[in-house]
Amino acid sequence: MVTVEKDFIIRTKGVDFFYGAFRALSDITMNFEKNRVTALIGPSGCGKSTLLRLLNRMNDLIDGTRVEGEILFEDRNIYAPDVDPVEIRQRIGMVFQKPNPFPKSIYNNITYAPKLAGIRDSGEIEALVEESLKQVVLWDEVKDILTKSAMTLSGGQQQRLCIARALAMKPDVILMDEPTSALDPISTAKIEELIDTLKKHYTIIIVTHNMQQAARISEYTGFFYLGKLIEFNATEKIFTNPDVKHTEDYITGRFG
Amino acid sequence: MNGKTFESSMRSRYFKQRLFFGAVRLSALLITLALLGILAYILANGFRAITWEFLTQPPTDSMTKGGIMPAIVGTFYLTVGAILVALPLGVVSAIFLTEYAKQGALSRIIRVGVNCLAGVPSVVFGLFGLGFFVVFLKFGSCILAGALTLGILILPTIIGAAEEAIKAVPQTFREASLALGVSKWDTIFRIVLPSALPGILTGAILGVGRAAGETAPIMFTAAAFFTAVLPKSIFDEVMALPYHIYVLATAGTHIEETRPLQYGTVLVLIALVLGIDLIAIIMRSMIRRNKRW
Repeated sequence: MVTVEKDFIIRTKGVDFFYGAFRALSDITMNFEKNRVTALIGPSGCGKSTLLRLLNRMNDLIDGTRVEGEILFEDRNIYAPDVDPVEIRQRIGMVFQKPNPFPKSIYNNITYAPKLAGIRDSGEIEALVEESLKQVVLWDEVKDILTKSAMTLSGGQQQRLCIARALAMKPDVILMDEPTSALDPISTAKIEELIDTLKKHYTIIIVTHNMQQAARISEYTGFFYLGKLIEFNATEKIFTNPDVKHTEDYITGRFG
Repeated sequence: MNGKTFESSMRSRYFKQRLFFGAVRLSALLITLALLGILAYILANGFRAITWEFLTQPPTDSMTKGGIMPAIVGTFYLTVGAILVALPLGVVSAIFLTEYAKQGALSRIIRVGVNCLAGVPSVVFGLFGLGFFVVFLKFGSCILAGALTLGILILPTIIGAAEEAIKAVPQTFREASLALGVSKWDTIFRIVLPSALPGILTGAILGVGRAAGETAPIMFTAAAFFTAVLPKSIFDEVMALPYHIYVLATAGTHIEETRPLQYGTVLVLIALVLGIDLIAIIMRSMIRRNKRW
């Protein structure tokens, strides 16, 4: 294998994470390559979602948690005291397990955060709505009902709206926490297609319980077990010839 | 289990279920009947007193004749004033308790304090209002002092309702907003509060009913025994419906004679409270229609 200088957008260095006295992550060191899809897999409770939520400081919301080590986003430690988590979250967006649109119109779901971030020009706002919805292939379905409540959409449409809402902030990275686990197979396929087109412009880090999904959509896969990163490698390698026996056991379904 | 005992066990369970449902229906019916009974009694005794003159004129002839207009206006001002005091303060307190205060000793102490406030007899609020607003702050007996006293009285109701309403807003809404790089304050102001508004209005409705009907807190702080003129500023004394009823029914020299006036005044008080409630209920259902999740 030829070594080339890769462009890493996020790097974690020896990250430990504690919920009170419970150590949820130990010594996680990972580099996330720019404009690639990285999948985080592992059994429930292995720490993969915890790591994902560390990357945009969402774990700040939970009282009694503590982070050690460094998480560098473009060479800046996002846990440094002078860093504003609000700014980090504007550049590192997130899509959740269950679609969670706001109880607002489809249009206002998209414009909510950009407006608060200071975009006032109505032409710019309108263009942003159309562009974001087109990126998630939802525009044709909703262009005539933009003022209707987002709650009237189907689950799959809601999830694509949530992705569009994240895209409207023009982030560099999109974190996805099991984004298809609440969706039917057809909606899942649509989201997977979407992830494939989005990686041209965005770095995507996705937590998934579905190993076929990880194999289909990601370039890199990290396998977690009991708060440790067991193996992190190219997806093809992980799924065909993993270095660690433990990884192989999980992937072949011998435990999990 | 053989077929027969199974059947009889089912029958006994079915019987228990019917018994229980019956009891539930009965208690719902009793409550409704009690309310309707009170309303019907007051309506039957009071409606004869309700005339145009009664609603638009001040009392005359040592309050044995004439109307109750100054009392209607006074109670309206006091109630609206109490809500204006208690709603912002209560909502801000609820936001602090639910969104900012760490769930620990401090927030527990504040909650206990709020609950104690809810249990304090209303006459104590009246004396506090007299001592603090009327005498110490030198407001005198006036709308401002009465509205502030009533506002403190209904504060626990408003805080409690607002806190419940804010807690009921799904955590996923907050997460969704924060994950978009929206600040905590904007998240609370634009997502949490609008979603909690129907519940907050419910608290306001309860507060209105309480504030309009209380006698003791305004007796020393705002209510005049008799005044034929309407207040010109918030530093004027006013007549108020509950206090007027109290005066007519106990303190006058023509208690029997003024019975119809008393019932009429009670009817007006109830109509006023229900009217204010109705506005809030309509507002609430309009908001709810736009917010479903």
